[in-house]
Amino acid sequence: MTDKKIAVKMRDISKSFGPVMANDKVWLDIYKGEILALLGENGSGKTTLMNILSGIYCPDEGHIYINDEEVSIRSPKEAFEYGIGMIHQHYKLVEVLTAAENIILGVKQPGKLDIQAVCERTRQLCSDYGFELDPMQKVYDMSVSQKQTVEILKALYRGADILILDEPTAVLTPQETEKLFTILRNMRDSGKAIVIITHKMNEVEELSDRVAILRQGRFVGDMLTSMTNAQEMTNMLVGHPVSLSIDRPDPVDPKPRIEVNGLTVRNEEGVLKLEDVSFTAYSGEILGIAGISGSGQKELLEAIAGLQPTESGSISYINDDGSKEELIGKDPLSIANMGVTLSFVPEDRLGMGLVGNMDISANMMLRSFRSGRSAFLNRKDPRRLAERVVEELEVVTPSVATPVRKLSGGNIQKILVGREISSAPKVLLTAYAVRGLDTNSSYTIYDLINKQKMNGVAVIYVGEDLDVLLELSDRILVLCDGKVSGIVEGRKAEKNSIGLMMTKLGGTG
Amino acid sequence: MQKKSLGTRFHIEKRASLPWHQSLIIRLLSVVAAFLVCALLTMIITGVDPASFISTMFYGSFGTPRKMWITAQNIAVLLCISLAVTPSFLMKFWNEGADGQILMASLASAACMIKLSDKLPNWLLIIVMLVLSVAAGALWAVIPAFFKAQFNTNETLFTLMLNYIATQIVAYFIVRWEVPKGSGQIGIINQSSEIGWFPQLFGSKYVFSILTAALMTVFIYAYIRYSKHGYELTVVGESTNTARYIGIDVKKVIVRTMALSGAMAGIVGFLLVSGINHTLTTTLTGGQGFTAVMVSWLAQFNPIAMIATSFLIIFLERGAIEISSAFTLNQSFSSILTGIILFFLIGSEFFVSYRIRRSANTEAGKEQE
Repeated sequence: MTDKKIAVKMRDISKSFGPVMANDKVWLDIYKGEILALLGENGSGKTTLMNILSGIYCPDEGHIYINDEEVSIRSPKEAFEYGIGMIHQHYKLVEVLTAAENIILGVKQPGKLDIQAVCERTRQLCSDYGFELDPMQKVYDMSVSQKQTVEILKALYRGADILILDEPTAVLTPQETEKLFTILRNMRDSGKAIVIITHKMNEVEELSDRVAILRQGRFVGDMLTSMTNAQEMTNMLVGHPVSLSIDRPDPVDPKPRIEVNGLTVRNEEGVLKLEDVSFTAYSGEILGIAGISGSGQKELLEAIAGLQPTESGSISYINDDGSKEELIGKDPLSIANMGVTLSFVPEDRLGMGLVGNMDISANMMLRSFRSGRSAFLNRKDPRRLAERVVEELEVVTPSVATPVRKLSGGNIQKILVGREISSAPKVLLTAYAVRGLDTNSSYTIYDLINKQKMNGVAVIYVGEDLDVLLELSDRILVLCDGKVSGIVEGRKAEKNSIGLMMTKLGGTG
Repeated sequence: MQKKSLGTRFHIEKRASLPWHQSLIIRLLSVVAAFLVCALLTMIITGVDPASFISTMFYGSFGTPRKMWITAQNIAVLLCISLAVTPSFLMKFWNEGADGQILMASLASAACMIKLSDKLPNWLLIIVMLVLSVAAGALWAVIPAFFKAQFNTNETLFTLMLNYIATQIVAYFIVRWEVPKGSGQIGIINQSSEIGWFPQLFGSKYVFSILTAALMTVFIYAYIRYSKHGYELTVVGESTNTARYIGIDVKKVIVRTMALSGAMAGIVGFLLVSGINHTLTTTLTGGQGFTAVMVSWLAQFNPIAMIATSFLIIFLERGAIEISSAFTLNQSFSSILTGIILFFLIGSEFFVSYRIRRSANTEAGKEQE
């Protein structure tokens, strides 16, 4: 690495939030012409460190050197002046403006705004690095990947040479990810320094030149990607050896459990979200649902759970003795009263599923508080359940009386999954169960789901990471724009063909 | 090396949750600071020395036994209204309509006293008054709740507007029932017979309201902390999606909770007419439906803490009035003082959740040492 020039040196960076040390004397070097992958579990301080570099937080202690000169970055604007641009997980764009307008927003220029010139320069940047974007397109018309392009261009337009991307691939299809990687490599080759924050080991191996690892706010080490492998990196970031393969036991005595026939759903605005969807989910089996985000996954699960009004079609629950019960037109309470134990881990954990301001045991009570005839709550059993979940799933929390919103994403998810499987469900619906979770927590969740499968539960697993879907699912249903693009055997499926099915019905033509 | 002088800077940092006694200290300090500013201001404007300012302030609330009883009664009434709006606030239903609900309940009570005084025995009349007051208050609260549940109307505007309608309805009946004709007032109802007057408890006319407030505090506390209804309304307030997800009928909970809030306001209406004022005016509540909003918020919807916040507000109000009259100042001066103190009180919430840290610029600072 001696021939590479250093772009950023961070030394002894510390930052605490209340009693929590998010960063504890962290060292980090970022080189020009190199892609650095910043790895760490949830809460290990990666995002905090990058927020410090991009001027959002101010470090309590420590030194930052850019091009060997000590600097103090007080605001994102100052960060731009030092050529640092960050692309956040949640895009910060004005939907009603065009790409070019978003790009120029906040840039101080003398004289009149010449939007044509902005477009011209944007096009130039696009052709330099290989982006595909129409600068005059409105943001609300754009796909997630196009919005991300606008964010990156925003940074480049301001002359960023140090680009930080926080989990850039979380919302992209495999094809879009490939494109992004090509662009990032182009940027690297033109001498820019690039940092990506990610959880996905395969991406780290594929894309990065060097990895730096944080654990619990401390810098563990960095190394050349070519000198290491996924197993070693995972061990380093977890702090002890872990197994990286996902089990896929054979289905146990599969019987039809949920039968969906010709399901059509429109959302509140009258937009068709699901069209003529039919499939059967079997007990003791994991049915994976793949698709670009927004292809109807949410509506499908919510329709089964009784939360989404449907237009036509049927959803039947099939009892062990073969008798069928229609679920459409019933709300969650009447479904439960029918004796159908249906558990649902929704996508938006704190918006649906848990109450952030309530403590863990009050959240356990959500499913069970009605039991008993007393007008008053039984707080003992939920507390016991909370203690059991905390212990069995190794939830990190000061106590069961801690408000759920204060926990990290992984722990919140464990609470939710723990509660949902505690009722011994017959059907388990999960949406993006591991979104935002680190490797270790993700594997805990996969294990839990597999255990449910082994107990004869019909699991419907909506996922975004195709590699995981391919390893975990017995069958994979691919949704494309609200329609079933195909159902494939999980053990025989190929990533590429599923990627194509996600974007085109049937994956061909 | 470089020496850009960067100086010191201030950061605003979110605190980890403070232990309750520390946050209490911050709040108390803010009250003390507010008093100092008020005393200083009064001194500059009027030349009154701070010591007599403070003592007059206390005299306003505690100067004589009678003042103390009135203070206690005022606290009780304000506390009751604050408790009434609390369930709806916990549900994040911004109920600004306590005034209207109380007025409608008062109207029901007064109507019974006027129209039924010779038809029912006194004890039965009082029960009928209570029941009808509760019903009237609940009805006036259920109207906006129904529209919110069915059509998602804005409850703040709706309840606010209903206050005006209630005032006008009461104004109409005051003219119908005015005594003597042409006075535009009802005057004290059944002054000689005292029919429909809630009997004095323990030989004091103040005990009834204090007792009501105590019972209501216990009831609301138990309701929101320990009952299933209370749990449901909290979930609805936090997230209607989560409520739907676990099968709570959100519409039903909205209407039920507002019916409860209105019923509690109805009890206050009964208390004001039968227990305290024995008359009906359009300004019977004195805008306390709005003060109660603040009391409830300042106490962070904790019924027990509301005892303290309503005490504080009443203490300020009576102290400020005493000061303006003792030093022959304009009535507005008491509003200015109350305003200053509330400014400090609400401002202290910032310091409870955040702290300001001064840090010398670390890079520059260290190297110079």
